[in-house]
Amino acid sequence: MPDNLYPSPIEEARRQAQICNACRYCEGYCAVFPAMHMQRAFSDGDITQLANLCHNCQNCHDACQYTAPHEFALNLPAVLAEVRQDSWEETAVPRALGQAFHRSGTLIAGATVLIMALLFWLARHLPGEGTGFYAILGHGAMLAIFLPATLLPCLAIALGLRRYWRRVEGGPIRLAHLRAAFGSAARMRNLAGGHGEGCTFETGAGFTHHRRYMHQLVLIGFLLCFAATVTGTILHYIFAIPAPYPVFSLPKLFGVTGGILLCLGCLGMLRAKLAGRAELQARAVRGGEFGFIALLFTVSASGLALYAFGGTAALEGLLALHLGAVLSFFLLTPYSKMAHGFYRLAALVRDAQRSA
Amino acid sequence: MTEPDTDPETRYDIVVVGGGNAALCAAMTAAEAGARVLILEAAPKAYRGGNSRHTRNFRCMHDGPLSVLVDRYDEAEYFDDLMRVTGGKTDEALARMVIRRSQACLPWMEAHGVRFQPSLSGTLSLARTNAFFMGGGKALVNAYYRTAEALGVDVLYEAPVTHLALDGQRITRVDYTHDGRAHSLRPRAVVVASGGFQADLDWLAEAWGPPARNFLIRGTPYNRGTVLRDLLDQGLSQIGDPTQCHAVAIDGRAPKYDGGIVTRLDCVPFSIVVNKDGQRFHDEGEDVWPKRYAIWGRLIAAQPDQVGYVIIDSKAIELFMPSVFPPVEADTLEALARKMDLPAAQLVETVTAFNAACGDTSAFHPTELDGVRTEGLTPPKTNWARPICEPPFYAYSLRTGVTFTYLGLHVDETARCSTASGPVENLWAAGETMAGSILGQGYLAGYGMTIGTVFGRIAGEEAARHAR
Ligand SMILES: Cc1cc2nc3c(=O)[nH]c(=O)nc-3n(C[C@H](O)[C@H](O)[C@H](O)COP(=O)(O)OP(=O)(O)OC[C@H]3O[C@@H](n4cnc5c(N)ncnc54)[C@H](O)[C@@H]3O)c2cc1C
Ligand code: SF4
Ligand code: SF4
Repeated sequence: MPDNLYPSPIEEARRQAQICNACRYCEGYCAVFPAMHMQRAFSDGDITQLANLCHNCQNCHDACQYTAPHEFALNLPAVLAEVRQDSWEETAVPRALGQAFHRSGTLIAGATVLIMALLFWLARHLPGEGTGFYAILGHGAMLAIFLPATLLPCLAIALGLRRYWRRVEGGPIRLAHLRAAFGSAARMRNLAGGHGEGCTFETGAGFTHHRRYMHQLVLIGFLLCFAATVTGTILHYIFAIPAPYPVFSLPKLFGVTGGILLCLGCLGMLRAKLAGRAELQARAVRGGEFGFIALLFTVSASGLALYAFGGTAALEGLLALHLGAVLSFFLLTPYSKMAHGFYRLAALVRDAQRSA
Repeated sequence: MTEPDTDPETRYDIVVVGGGNAALCAAMTAAEAGARVLILEAAPKAYRGGNSRHTRNFRCMHDGPLSVLVDRYDEAEYFDDLMRVTGGKTDEALARMVIRRSQACLPWMEAHGVRFQPSLSGTLSLARTNAFFMGGGKALVNAYYRTAEALGVDVLYEAPVTHLALDGQRITRVDYTHDGRAHSLRPRAVVVASGGFQADLDWLAEAWGPPARNFLIRGTPYNRGTVLRDLLDQGLSQIGDPTQCHAVAIDGRAPKYDGGIVTRLDCVPFSIVVNKDGQRFHDEGEDVWPKRYAIWGRLIAAQPDQVGYVIIDSKAIELFMPSVFPPVEADTLEALARKMDLPAAQLVETVTAFNAACGDTSAFHPTELDGVRTEGLTPPKTNWARPICEPPFYAYSLRTGVTFTYLGLHVDETARCSTASGPVENLWAAGETMAGSILGQGYLAGYGMTIGTVFGRIAGEEAARHAR
């Protein structure tokens, strides 16, 4: 596994931020620079916050007159990626899991296969009830597994964010801060590259929207899948209509479109990541990031397969695969790339406080 | 256009010497007019773009709001600003032409890939007059290279031109080296856009004497004036005084070349500046930006070892744009002097005398000429004079940082070069290498890129017309 590029990312980021602060040429690209330019000296918390505002678009790197071989050796995307990554790992609850899974795609894959196998075993050995899915894994059993698997990661994320908030010295949160943060995230304003033409992440030269759009696909796909689950739960509990649902039902419509978007988005992100320059990213976690994308792809692809082949003999196997992937996705959320969304939102909220 | 030429020496209609802003503007314009263009850039790709890669904005006339520029900035006001900084040493006709054409440059630049951003924090005074490049000059240069390549312009990096053969009133051959070998081309027309000679310390020393070897060069190490000297030696008309250069005081720890914008220090007005003997030598509160900004380069150059030391106290540390290196800091002046290798007793004496000469400081105003001055001190400090007494104390060393030189090729309004016997038929010049034709001395922030853009486009157009 490759090490960090910088022995002490925060120190190195501080050095680079001082250079940027004397230059300011990149001010228009993203939220990092206006936040940076309000200060003369940077605490560890300031640097951590700046790092979480950065989304590694690399526009500043390609515009920088001080990148290597220049002796100032600016590489803001990489050093901020390493600070950011460290901040997620260090604030993760528990920390050890953060350090393990962020860095290792193999561990992610291992955990996922293990969980899939466990579900396979459960499906075999727990008595089914009802029809369709529930004939294989009873609703009660599903609940017993998934309720804690949702709540525990949520709790871990909340505790992690609290640690983050302390570190960046965040203040009391107002509605306006939230509105600004969610507005910015929804439009992926910062991913537009300042001039609205995207970034140089994949090309190193021209600007494209590809990464921005692919990320948007993943996000929308994910939210649609989430909506499928929520509507399913409502149908089940409030209207007492248990799964499986027909094609023209909310859970299916949401689920199928969401699944397709998520699949495409994951493939797009994978392609972007492969095309991108490793030396401008947090290279120590590339494996973990590829592992995470693969996991997300497995979640969506197996979900779609379940829709398509749920009526066949493959049901049991597919169900174990899909539920296993979903379960491991949930459990790993606080310790994988998935956590970035929460930290990024927190950073945007913090930034809204700064500019207020 | 003629049939595609297979003879490699005449494959190109136009050779552009240099790879900065002026060269790229010329190359794109000529390619759009249908010419086959080759750029010969001395620098490797990572350092392409000369001094242009260090720039942040260009000064642009506008009759009303234009892109990121607010309000208006008309020809008369622009020209007045120019006359003030050059003390009247300006070619009025060329200067006005550049000003008038700058307005159309902005949309042209956007169409060729440049993106603008609102003026940077800390540069509010330029918001109306100067359009800032998003990402700075390297982003501009990158955009131009992309556009030029899409237009079919070929680019050779690490291909310094060594000689342009002048035969009568024609350039007949372009000699350059590449891959360790000498090559020649015979294009129909040549555009010279290879900047000034400031990176050639020997040449600077010829003009300035040995002290020039202690100067730092703020921009590219590749602008060595090779082609400029080659052409002047062959009798091309020259303009400008070789001792004239734009030089400012920058952080003494800056790299020898290419330190760029971040090495500038804006704290002189809030400081006292001493030489290596611990003595003050000039009014630190003199005049206003931008003239004051440029004057300290020369003042430092005249001090022993071409070095100065700027001393401030904790009151002043927040008043100026932060710079790339942290200041040297100490709790007493003696300790500061030791860290800076200055004679401690003398520094204390200088500061004590200065402090004693400070009067009422209640009118102190960091962004205006506040008239807060010393009494009975030589040299005086005529603005922002507050005692240096609140520890910690801070110091920066200062050295002369050369931005560019003024000696250049004389051109007319069509960017064409000439000799004593008249115009050279197929040679045009643009950018820094001919800027002396317009500015005799002094400098107005953002005007360099304006000259390069306007004259680059003209040179490209004229060369393409000739090559047709
Ligand atoms: C730190 C700094 C900041 C500046 N900021 C601004 C600003 O904000 N706005 C502004 O208007 N001006 C600014 N200037 C001035 C500005 O850089 C110049 O006016 C402008 O860039 C000149 O453009 P040019 O194309 O003539 O020269 P350059 O951009 O210097 O290009 C010259 C090119 O010629 C090449 N070359 C040199 N010799 C040879 C050879 N023998 N063969 C082949 N190629 C050769 C060089 O490699 C280079 O590519 C700044 C200058 C510096 C140093
Ligand atoms: S990344 Fe480079 S060009 Fe951009 S602000 Fe920092 S130092 Fe300046
Ligand atoms: S990589 Fe992109 S988001 Fe990060 S600091 Fe640079 S410009 Fe901003």
